Amino acid sequence: MRRQFPAFIAFLAGFVMVFAFFVPKKGIVDFSQRLLTWVIIVGGFTLLLGIVNITRANLDAIKNKEKGWGYKVILLFFLFVMAVSAIIWGTQENTPYDYLFHNIQKPMMSTMFSILAFFIASAAYRAFRARTKEATLLLITSVVVMMGRTPLGLFIWKKLPPLTDWIMAYPNMAVQRGILIGAALGAAAMSLRILLGIERTYMGKG
Amino acid sequence: MNLLFNSKIVGFFLVFLFFFFTKTFSQNDKIISPPSNVVAKDVLWDDGKALKLSWDLSSDDKDAERMHTHIDGYQILRATKNDSVLKPIAFVDDNVDEYKDTGLIDTIEYIYAVRAKKKDFFSNLSFSNYAKPEVNWFRADRVNMFVLLIVFCMSVIFYIQSAKKGKPLFIRKIGGLEAVEEAVGRATEMGKPVLFIPGIQEIDEIQTIAGLSILGKVAKITATYDTPLIVPILYPMALAAGQEIVRESYLDAGKPENYKKDMVKYVAGEQFAYVAAVGGIMLREKPAANIFMGAFYAESLLLAETGQSTGAIQIAGTANPHQLPFFIASCDYTLMGEELYAASAYLSKEPLLLGSLKAQDLMKIILVIFIILGAISITLGWGEKFFYKLFLER
Repeated sequence: MRRQFPAFIAFLAGFVMVFAFFVPKKGIVDFSQRLLTWVIIVGGFTLLLGIVNITRANLDAIKNKEKGWGYKVILLFFLFVMAVSAIIWGTQENTPYDYLFHNIQKPMMSTMFSILAFFIASAAYRAFRARTKEATLLLITSVVVMMGRTPLGLFIWKKLPPLTDWIMAYPNMAVQRGILIGAALGAAAMSLRILLGIERTYMGKG
Repeated sequence: MNLLFNSKIVGFFLVFLFFFFTKTFSQNDKIISPPSNVVAKDVLWDDGKALKLSWDLSSDDKDAERMHTHIDGYQILRATKNDSVLKPIAFVDDNVDEYKDTGLIDTIEYIYAVRAKKKDFFSNLSFSNYAKPEVNWFRADRVNMFVLLIVFCMSVIFYIQSAKKGKPLFIRKIGGLEAVEEAVGRATEMGKPVLFIPGIQEIDEIQTIAGLSILGKVAKITATYDTPLIVPILYPMALAAGQEIVRESYLDAGKPENYKKDMVKYVAGEQFAYVAAVGGIMLREKPAANIFMGAFYAESLLLAETGQSTGAIQIAGTANPHQLPFFIASCDYTLMGEELYAASAYLSKEPLLLGSLKAQDLMKIILVIFIILGAISITLGWGEKFFYKLFLER
C-alpha cells in the first residue's frame, strides 16, 4: 500500500492534466488549475522545511566549529535579518529589505555571474585545443563564428558574417533540434512511465 | 456692378460646391461597396475562445478578370451584446473573406461589423449575427498530439509486454552512465565524498525528476561502498523528495544506519547564491566525483569549471541544449537530452523500463519519416498545406 498509493496519486494527477489538455470543458480545466494551485501551496509549506533544514545544518556546523563556521554565522544572521525585515516593513521600495537586496544581495549575485566570463575563457581554451579531428573542426567553426560576430570579421572578409549566420541557422540549428526532439520524446516517455507507475525511482523505489 | 459681380461669384461658388460634394459622395458610394452576408459562427471543437467570421467580398474587391482591385482590404469591428460599442479589432487584406477572432470569453455574445477600405475612405458597415463561442468536448487543433500520444502509449505497452515475455532488448552503451559506478569507486578509494546536483529547478520539472531518479541509483552505490554523499538543493520541494529518495536507497542497500538527513541539504533559494554555496562545498570538501543531472542554466559552467579545478571526475546530464557545450567542455562525461531521461531505466536494467526506451526509438523513427516527407513536400510544393496544418496550426 505504501508503494501503490503515491503511484496512484501520481497517475491520477497526471491523468487529469493530460485529460484537461485535450478536453477543454470548464469543470475539468478548473480542476487541473486547482491542482496547479495546490502545487504552489505545497511549495510554500516546503519552504518552511527548507528554512528549518538550512538553520539546523548550519547551527550544527557552528556548534562543531567546522571549517569555515564563521561564514555560517553570517549566513544565518542575514537569513533572519532579511526574513524579519520583510515581515515587519514589507518588501516595497525604501524599506530595509529593499536596501539589503539592492546593496548586498544583488551585487553579490552579479559578482557570481560575472565570474562566468573567466570560466568561459578557461573552458574555451580546453575545448578548442586541436587534439583530434573533431576538436580541430570545432576550433575552426568557433573562430569563424566569433569573427563573424565582430566588426573585425567584416573588415577581414565581408562574407564572414553571412557564413556565421549560415552556420548558426543550419548545422547548429539542425543539431539543436535533433537534441530537442530526442529530449522531448525522452521527457514524454518518462512522464508516461511515471503515469503508468512503472517508473518509481523518483520515490526512492525500484 | 459690384453687386452683380459678387452675386456671379457667389453663384459660381455654390455651383462648384454642389458639384464637388455630389462628386465626392457619389465616389464614396460608388467606388467602395460594402461586403455582404457577414456571418459569425462558433469554431467547432475548440476551447470556446474563438469565433469564425466570413463574408462575401465587396463587389469592388475584384473586377471580372481579377486583374485589379479597388480596395485596400477590410476592417473588422467587434462589439459585445452588453456594451454595443464597436471597436476595430483587425484589418485583413483584399480578397480575404474570413477571419478567426481568438481570445474571447465563452459567456459573452459578440457581434461584428465589416467594412471595405480604400485609402482613407470606408464603405458602409455590414453587420453579422450575434454569436457566442462554445466550449466543446475535444480540441481539434490538438488532434495531431492526441494521435501521437495514443501511438506512443500503444508502443510503450507493446514493448513492455515484449520485455515481460523475456524478449531481449538491445540498448546501446551510454558512457556517462557506465562511468557512474567508476566515479563512486574512485571517491571511495580516495576517501572523499560524492557530490550530486539534481539541477536547479523545482520538482515539477521533469528533468529534476530524472535527476532525482539517478540520485536514487547513485545513493544506493554510495551506501554499498560507505562513501559520503553530498546533495545540495535549491528548491525545498526537491529537498523533501531528495531526502526520501536517499533514505530509501540506504534502506534498500541494507545500510539505514549510515543515512544522515543532512546528506541532502537546502543551501540557498537563489541561483547564484546556490552557485556560491556549491562552489564553497567543492573547494572545502574536495569531492572526488561531481555528478550534475537535471535542468541547468547560467550556473552550469560556473559549477563545472569549479569542479574541474578541484580535479574531480565529473559526469553531467541535461536536456537544455544551450548548456550542453559548457558541460562537454568541462566534464569527463556528458549525457545529452534523452540520455538523461533514459538513465534511470539504463541503470536499473529493468525490462519494464527498458521497454519504454524502445518505444521512444519507434516514435523517433516515425518523426524522422514525417520530417523527411515534410521537407520533400514543402520543397516540391506537394501537399504542403497538409503538413502546415499538421504541425504549424494550433
